[in-house]
Amino acid sequence: MAVELEFSKSPRFLQLLNDSVVMIRRSSTHIFRNTDQLLGAFFQPIMFLLLFSAVFGGAISLALPENVDYLDFLMAGIIVQTVAFGSTTTAVAVANDLSKGIVDRFKSLPMSNIALLNGHVVSDLLRNTISTVVMILAGLVIGFRSPASVTDWFLIAALLLLFTFAFSWLSAVVGLLAKSVEGVQWISFVMVFPLTFASTAFVPAEGMPKYLRYFAEHQPITQVIEAVRSLMLGVPTNGSVLRSILWSIGITVVVIPIAAYLFKKKTTN
Amino acid sequence: MKTDDVVIEVKKLKKAYGKNQVLKGIDLKVQRGTMLALLGPNGAGKTTTVKILSTLLKADDGVAKIEGIDVSEDPDAVRRVIGLTGQSAAVDELLTGRENLVMMGELYRLTRKSAKARAQELLEDFDLVKAADRPAKTYSGGMRRRLDLAVSLIAIPPVIFLDEPTTGLDPRSRLAMWEIIRRLMDSGTTILLTTQYLEEADQLADKIVVIDGGKVIAEGTAEELKGKVGNDRLEIGFANASDLNKAKSAIGKNVFASNDKENSITVMVKDTNTDIKDTLNLLSDKKIKVTAVDVHKPTLDDVFLSLTGKTDKKSTEGEK
Repeated sequence: MAVELEFSKSPRFLQLLNDSVVMIRRSSTHIFRNTDQLLGAFFQPIMFLLLFSAVFGGAISLALPENVDYLDFLMAGIIVQTVAFGSTTTAVAVANDLSKGIVDRFKSLPMSNIALLNGHVVSDLLRNTISTVVMILAGLVIGFRSPASVTDWFLIAALLLLFTFAFSWLSAVVGLLAKSVEGVQWISFVMVFPLTFASTAFVPAEGMPKYLRYFAEHQPITQVIEAVRSLMLGVPTNGSVLRSILWSIGITVVVIPIAAYLFKKKTTN
Repeated sequence: MKTDDVVIEVKKLKKAYGKNQVLKGIDLKVQRGTMLALLGPNGAGKTTTVKILSTLLKADDGVAKIEGIDVSEDPDAVRRVIGLTGQSAAVDELLTGRENLVMMGELYRLTRKSAKARAQELLEDFDLVKAADRPAKTYSGGMRRRLDLAVSLIAIPPVIFLDEPTTGLDPRSRLAMWEIIRRLMDSGTTILLTTQYLEEADQLADKIVVIDGGKVIAEGTAEELKGKVGNDRLEIGFANASDLNKAKSAIGKNVFASNDKENSITVMVKDTNTDIKDTLNLLSDKKIKVTAVDVHKPTLDDVFLSLTGKTDKKSTEGEK
């Protein structure tokens, strides 16, 4: 053989880190090669934004405080909803890998296996960032305005990334538990749809039935929506920032070990 | 390089899935720089054996060592010296051929620079240069298998497992794959190949181990195995059962198998030059009317028939 092979001489932890970098590169490349993912990242958010603001705008603005425009109210909800649905891509990607021979290939390599999950989760962060930027730009075009300061925007970005990270890992667990790729899509939908609709994403909770309202006001997605919305509208956050951070960290801390355990169980036999 | 150097060593390997005992104590030895073909029908335990040797599965009992390393004791060390090409082409369909190679190279802990250089070399060797920068999902079946094999060679591992590398390929792609495998053998790689095709084992392997029902039922060189089943097969058809019976008693012990429903017999041919002519002359002398004659090479089915006394329907389906 003509080529002289050169193996990495880095310390072991750097090699393990590099495994994740390689897998992040792989999953991120998928975003731009997979038409479904591209449509999901670019067009679906714009479509939702336009539809919701046009269809509900007139009716719901009556339930909002006088000086609040529905588009400005909606922005936080629709971003968090898109990001929550976007995170379920991890579940589909994990189930897809498991259903194909490529997992056997990875397992037969001297690599860190969990790097596969890291790759999908981190590429979710990238894709959700793209979606969010696209939605904010589209929002600005149709009249979204925010008094938020640069610091507020950094905080908004941090809250959204933290939330995506938590939900992607949760989604990885779904991908590991499901029996088929179709099953994953269904479970993800059933998990995320009620959470995003039974929240304050699109309407204030005041008009909901008592129990639903209780749920809507206390569930994690509402905390994230409320925090992001308050920051965007420039109104007091009333502790929602802290609650959303705690929820995201709480979910992450519980779910990562479960994902790691399930993955190990699935990949060693 | 010692010639008596055993690279793959398997002793009394056992594996069950629930009540289904897939491996019932397999023994194998592969010398450095040689190819051993594991020949058997679907469900014989070929893939399970490869999965255990390539650390994807844990055996219930027995020992498996690669380069002296026990697969259950230090799987990571084993992974550094092996390459695996499985039955389903294990490449990332959305990545290009080149990206697949570089990615796997880096996961074998090659430096990125080294992985890129080696990827280019493999793309040239495997005739994939033109398709190198297209996503693998646009590849044909043959190209995908070539890429898959190339991927497993990215870090030049001294031991390669080829699990049915040509199953499902058209004849031309199969020949191309054989050519690549031969070159791999010339480079001194130790190879364990599994196949359902006697011809493939015959063409490529130094030694063949036939397995069925999780057990080794025969082993030897291709010549030794073929000696057991004879060379060509002569199939003769008759108009009715009485002709069939007359023919059976005339030919005697050379009748290898008979099919009473179709009034036909199969005769072992030891010397193609004389035996076919002699047999047909004998029937003609006895005034037994022949309605059909067919000569064919021994198939895996024949090997099984002669080794186990039973035909395996699945193996013939796979070959047609």
